[in-house]
Amino acid sequence: MISTRILPLMRKEFIHIRRDPRSLLILFLMPLLMMFIFGYAINMDLKHIRLGICDLSRTPASRDMIEALKASPYFDVVVRYDNPGRTEKLFKKRLVRAVVIFDTDFERALERSAVTPLGVIADGTDANSATLVQNYLEGLFMGRSLEISSAGQEPPIRIKARMLYNPDMESAHFIVPGIVALLLIMIGALLTSVTIAREKEAGTMEQILVTPIRPYEVVLGKAIPYLVLGFGIAVFIMIFGHVWFEVPMRGAWSWLLLFCVVYIFTALAIGLLISTVVATQQVAMMLSLVATLLPSVMLSGFVFPIASMPQPLQWISKVVPATYFLIIIRGIMLKGNGLAELWPVVAAMSGIGVFFIAVAVKRFKLKL
Amino acid sequence: MPESAISVVNLQKQYGQTPALNSVSLEIRQGEMFGLIGPDGAGKTTLMRILSSLMDPDAGECRLLGISVKEHPEKVRRVIGYMPQRFSLYPDLTVGENLRFFADLFGVPRLDRQKRTEDLLGFARLSPFIKRRAGRLSGGMKQKLALCCALIHTPRLLILDEPTTGVDPVSRREFWEILKALKDQGVTLLVSTPYMDEAQRCDRIALIHKGNILAEGSALEVIARFPGKVVAVFGPDLPGLAGWFKKKLRSEQVQILGDRVRLNLFTQPRVSMDELCAGAEDAGIAIDAVDEVGPGLEDTFIALVAGKEEAHGAIG
Repeated sequence: MISTRILPLMRKEFIHIRRDPRSLLILFLMPLLMMFIFGYAINMDLKHIRLGICDLSRTPASRDMIEALKASPYFDVVVRYDNPGRTEKLFKKRLVRAVVIFDTDFERALERSAVTPLGVIADGTDANSATLVQNYLEGLFMGRSLEISSAGQEPPIRIKARMLYNPDMESAHFIVPGIVALLLIMIGALLTSVTIAREKEAGTMEQILVTPIRPYEVVLGKAIPYLVLGFGIAVFIMIFGHVWFEVPMRGAWSWLLLFCVVYIFTALAIGLLISTVVATQQVAMMLSLVATLLPSVMLSGFVFPIASMPQPLQWISKVVPATYFLIIIRGIMLKGNGLAELWPVVAAMSGIGVFFIAVAVKRFKLKL
Repeated sequence: MPESAISVVNLQKQYGQTPALNSVSLEIRQGEMFGLIGPDGAGKTTLMRILSSLMDPDAGECRLLGISVKEHPEKVRRVIGYMPQRFSLYPDLTVGENLRFFADLFGVPRLDRQKRTEDLLGFARLSPFIKRRAGRLSGGMKQKLALCCALIHTPRLLILDEPTTGVDPVSRREFWEILKALKDQGVTLLVSTPYMDEAQRCDRIALIHKGNILAEGSALEVIARFPGKVVAVFGPDLPGLAGWFKKKLRSEQVQILGDRVRLNLFTQPRVSMDELCAGAEDAGIAIDAVDEVGPGLEDTFIALVAGKEEAHGAIG
């Protein structure tokens, strides 16, 4: 017979959720806020880079190049000057992120050989963007110089890099799925650990424990309502990411939502496990954040590629649920993966969830 | 049917190095209202939690209605009602929702539940508040609701941990009347309280102090164990009088009570009462009259604690 005590526990939990609209609002607004902050502030695209141009050559060839730079969406030509001595001042005043200097014999050199005397200076204080500036400029000039030097005839070899699945290098397409993974595990663990800690703090756990309830009933009665709530939040933020940040959906929503349920279940299991070792809401909150936020940001492949981590950290990343969900959500949304490609990952993630919940049930004591 | 409702044998419990229960043994009969009387930290809550199967003792055995708590905690939980010291219901649930929740956890059938809820709320005079959230009830009403929740599955044994602490005097009296009515219905009650005056309402009591049962029996029987006498001294300068006696006796023996100084002479003072009074007059503190009065439970408690400590000191 199915337990008759899980249903009343769930009903009670839904009443708690309904009677606390403020917390509910925060639960839905916090992800939105984080999505905006991460989605816009951590923008790894380089567009509209402020560029300075020092044209000493003043030839049709240099003017041609400058027109190309101006037309590029990556650069805004903000300063044009003749005295190379001003260059440093421009950087110090942070008027430009990079400058391009056309030497006096630019055109002649271009005609003579493919090695073009062209100066590119980038602001190295932001190494990341400096590298990208350099790459963008190199790419641009390489194309140009090849066109000019070969003058009509096909160049011998032309390398063209193409970014699969994210051709425009939109960082939102990588970031938004990552935030979904991060938020869901954080909210899931937080919700359950805090709600059980609250019962311990208020003494209501004592009153529940003197009833003929069983550990698995308490655990499931707590987990299911928050699974529903967590799923609601998940759908909300994924639709938001899809519509607002235009993250493509190349796979099937149904697979994504199904795997999402598995992921939230894993998050709740972590929360339940935490709740068996803490006595107060505050400690529950701290522990949940530490246990989910840090590994999910650092070790899941969200920010740093797992392949470049030291071996011990790679092992740890294998038990971080977000690692698997990131593969799942990026796979489905960006690559159009389905169960055929993702089943090993889903199985690993489910395994972690089942393990956590089993430990939580085992550790949950019917004593004070 | 077993004779005793609660049978406790040599129960021991320690929190780290601090002993909470020191070889406690108790017999509580069916249908009896039993009071566990003692100050904060005496071990009342520990004993009740062990009885309710919420805690494991270090040693000893307890049986409730013949069921061993250690072997069948889940059976014990079905037949007893337990009301913790702190208000432990959901403040954001209404009176009705709280009752329904506990009825469901105890598996009370739906038809019985409705009738039982109506009866209990009527009995506790909470019917008009069924839709009110528990957090918005007064202190006395909260305790009555907690009692109703503990009674929802019609337990034969009720364990109440300080149900009247922090409740106003009128509500306290009402609460005890409800308990009396339950006893009349045949429910066995174990009630703890720090208030000595409430002990008079119990059939039998046990005085508990630092994990030891000091005395057990009806309130009168316990008071009969008082070893000395209690004296009331009247005079115009009560603080002066009290100060004088405190110099000569232990401070817990002297108490200003209304128009008199009350002396708890559980041991014979080294000098006689007459000499003490003469000494006070000599010191310029006037005494109008000296009367012997009957000892109360509190006097007995103080005397027994002092006796226990002396005995302990003698051994040590």
